[in-house]
Amino acid sequence: MFNAFLGDAGHLFVIISFVSSLVAALAYIKASNAHELEQKQWRTYARGAFYLHGISVLGVVATLFYIIFNNHYEYHYAWSHASRSLPAYYVISSFWEGQEGSFLLWIFWHVLLGVVVINTNKRWEAPVMAVFAFVQAFLASMILGVVIGDVKIGSSPFILLRDVMEAPVFATNPEFVPEDGTGLNPLLQNYWMVIHPPTLFLGFAITIIPFAYCIAGLWKKDYENWVKPALPWMIFGGAVLGLGIMMGAYWAYETLNFGGYWNWDPVENAVYIPWLIMIASIHTLIIFKNNGTALKTSIVLIIASFVLILYSTFLTRSGILGEASVHSFTDLGLSGQLLVYLLFFTLGAIILAAIRWKHIPTSEKEASAYSREFWIFIGVTTLCLMSFQVLIPTSIPVWNAIVELFGGISNVAPPADQVAFYTKFQLWFGIAIALLSGTGQFFFWKKMDKEKLKSELTIPVVTALLISSLAILVGKVSDPVYILLLTASIYSVVANAKILIKFVRSKNYRLSGGSVSHIGIAMILIGILFSSGYSNVVSINNSGLLLFKDAPDDANVENMLLWINEPREMGQYELTYKGSRVEIKDMPGYIEKSALIRTNDDYTAIARKDLASDGEVYFEKGDTVSVYAENTFHEVVYKHKETGKEFSLFPRSQVNPNMGLIASPDIRRTFGKDLYTHVSAIPNDEEEKEWSEREETEVQIGKQFFINDYVAVLENIERVDQVEGSSIEDGDLAVKANIRVYGENEEYMLTPYYLIRDRMVGRVPFTSNELGVRLTLLNINPEQNSFEIGVETTQKDYIVLKAIEKPLINVLWAGTILLMVGFGIAINRRYKEFVKQREQESASTPKKKRSKTEPKKTKGTVSV
Amino acid sequence: MKKTHIFGIIIIAVCVMIIMSTAGDASTYVSFKEAKVLATGGEDKKIHVVGQLAKDEQGNIVGIQPSEDKLSFSFVMVDDNQQEQRVFYNEPMPADFTRSEQVVVIGSYHNDVFVADQILMKCPSKYQEKEIS
Repeated sequence: MFNAFLGDAGHLFVIISFVSSLVAALAYIKASNAHELEQKQWRTYARGAFYLHGISVLGVVATLFYIIFNNHYEYHYAWSHASRSLPAYYVISSFWEGQEGSFLLWIFWHVLLGVVVINTNKRWEAPVMAVFAFVQAFLASMILGVVIGDVKIGSSPFILLRDVMEAPVFATNPEFVPEDGTGLNPLLQNYWMVIHPPTLFLGFAITIIPFAYCIAGLWKKDYENWVKPALPWMIFGGAVLGLGIMMGAYWAYETLNFGGYWNWDPVENAVYIPWLIMIASIHTLIIFKNNGTALKTSIVLIIASFVLILYSTFLTRSGILGEASVHSFTDLGLSGQLLVYLLFFTLGAIILAAIRWKHIPTSEKEASAYSREFWIFIGVTTLCLMSFQVLIPTSIPVWNAIVELFGGISNVAPPADQVAFYTKFQLWFGIAIALLSGTGQFFFWKKMDKEKLKSELTIPVVTALLISSLAILVGKVSDPVYILLLTASIYSVVANAKILIKFVRSKNYRLSGGSVSHIGIAMILIGILFSSGYSNVVSINNSGLLLFKDAPDDANVENMLLWINEPREMGQYELTYKGSRVEIKDMPGYIEKSALIRTNDDYTAIARKDLASDGEVYFEKGDTVSVYAENTFHEVVYKHKETGKEFSLFPRSQVNPNMGLIASPDIRRTFGKDLYTHVSAIPNDEEEKEWSEREETEVQIGKQFFINDYVAVLENIERVDQVEGSSIEDGDLAVKANIRVYGENEEYMLTPYYLIRDRMVGRVPFTSNELGVRLTLLNINPEQNSFEIGVETTQKDYIVLKAIEKPLINVLWAGTILLMVGFGIAINRRYKEFVKQREQESASTPKKKRSKTEPKKTKGTVSV
Repeated sequence: MKKTHIFGIIIIAVCVMIIMSTAGDASTYVSFKEAKVLATGGEDKKIHVVGQLAKDEQGNIVGIQPSEDKLSFSFVMVDDNQQEQRVFYNEPMPADFTRSEQVVVIGSYHNDVFVADQILMKCPSKYQEKEIS
């Protein structure tokens, strides 16, 4: 039912949220500049505006969810991202599939974070929330959907379908509501897509807090006190964004079929770049907290990480990466607005920092090479260079655009082999990071000198060298750069483990965050090294003939053609493709497709026989079952040639009307390595199949005959009241032929129908994809007691399959978990420090605050 | 000279090195004609060509030829200068290939055939539906 009210309500909420965030921003500016008497009033006012903003954002979110969940396909957003058949948890992901929804997700996180900031830190509330609310206003303007003259501000998620689409139906019926939406991109129908985007956007959102604190500190000329409250947030942001990145990697590994977890695509790079800078800024702030140096560097890095988040938003959403990335958003006409957003905060922050620059306290102390700070600083520099190296090539489309803006012509393209290009550099940075994170920790407690360092380092270095030589031999690592990286990473694990043991012995668990996360990083490096560097395509087919003589001779064909039930060798396995399977609701495991009769509805089917799993019958013949029709699983049996052990993998394919074949891998996980298998091609749909000319055979009941070289027997002919897939009417006569065919491994029952209605003959043929045959019961000859059966044959079912081995990939995932644990320990420690500072401040407020923040002040003011 | 200065110089040197090397490794968007010239000139660097699949007058895609073993295929692509070129790809045909509105091939010439190492496809329908059914 057409419902225009919902959209109007949603749009109203959007406008309120935009206006209230602006009001909150201005009021917070007033509050932070006002005298103490007025301060409180302004602050109460500003807080009210921000809460109103929060409520209206919740209103927007609720309205959009309502529209999507209740199938209001008169709205463009719901229509293009959801469909009736989507399970509820995927409907949630359709909420943020589009740009507008993902902006909304980001805004939503900001609201929650804003509320936490308001309630945890009264002292910094006004200036921090002023910055915060300004950012919110910019974000809210992205979904505003207001057109003034020719200028479009924002893209609303509440636009009606009829306002976007030109379809004749709207002329006759403006209240037309499509039956169903176009559904969610099948690649996003994965549980990781339900949790990964919110995590990533939470990470994006958190970067605003350190930035806002930093700007507030510069603005209020209080250059040092913002660090303690900002630090736990920064570590939290680093953890969440890092987790989001790794979840994305894991999603790619599990769902996409490029065979890896990281492709150096510009969109992936766009989150990696600010993350590195965030990690760098955490380290410089730790230096600052220890000895008062590196404050300027920290300020620069915090501003940079926020600006880079904005820049990455610009890259992925302006359409500028169109020819360079496979999965950036298309332009919604917001690129100008995004650019304003980016420039406003970049220039604003830079100008403010420049004005305050000479007042920011610095220490002229030269860091000694034996100080912890020196080593952390080198590490920070490495992180920045790492980020810079990714930033430059990722920005190539931007360089082109800038050159073209000035009338030039630029046709620079990103490096052709992105993975090789980035790896070449990042590998060396990885080595440096491993060495530094291993060594830096030794400077933790006391002043170091040459002798002490030597004695501290001897054991870890020797142990690391021993373990690495063993690993090099066992892992057959021969590339010198890989040897270096492996040795450096093992050294980092050993060195940090030594420190960790020390902490554990002295029960200083809360200090162990650094060493735990550094072990995690080193393990990630080892995992990447083996799983990528020694990733091995096992489905290589050297016997395949090339179609084109001009093709490079040395090109291996990294795929294998598997005909159904015809075993083929692959490495140490013998592979047999067993056919297509589907999943049925309320039943475990997979069912062969031929056991089901499709109905007109895409999501239900009728069981052709009893459906059993592990001996238990879940559905009986003739039952209607719900199927996840979009997914087809291709059962491939792997038999180990030596041991004879077998296992099955079920790589998935989805044939989507919009996108064609979407293949997802199935992974055989073992402790040492993953065997990663996906289909690269499957036969086309039914209508494109080429059938041979029909051969007619006359058969008698019980006699053997041949179908496509298989032995077959016509078992019997029975009269039926129902023809599969449709019912028959009174007076109709229907019979079914039961033909048993002996396939390679199993028997098939093929059942064509013969139907007489009003003296007309109807024939319902039976198709078996497994056998590549279509049988038609052509005629019944009662005199000869025989039956005429038409046999058509086609290509048998097949899949083209690619299999890759990924050694030690579990070390990568385990390292990620450890990294997160380390972050958690560090957040806990820094948060406690902040609470302590807050308590001290509130205990000594009247004296201290007055002297610090408000030097000249009238008597008798009320302190807050 | 102070230590920080030496440090600064090293960082600048690394940055310059990164930029230079990126410029060196960067590919280019060219037309088939230019790509051919580059190839005959002995340049074997991979380049990007942007174009579309060749279509007949009815708008049907023509010239796609899968290999017999289905493990590779070739197709005819028209670049932005309307030049047609046969492109070979040593992988099975991506299934959404025929739906793509724009194709970017990354590769180089081998004699008269352009061999693509990678194909990037732009399917408008991937994110936005065009018609109401």
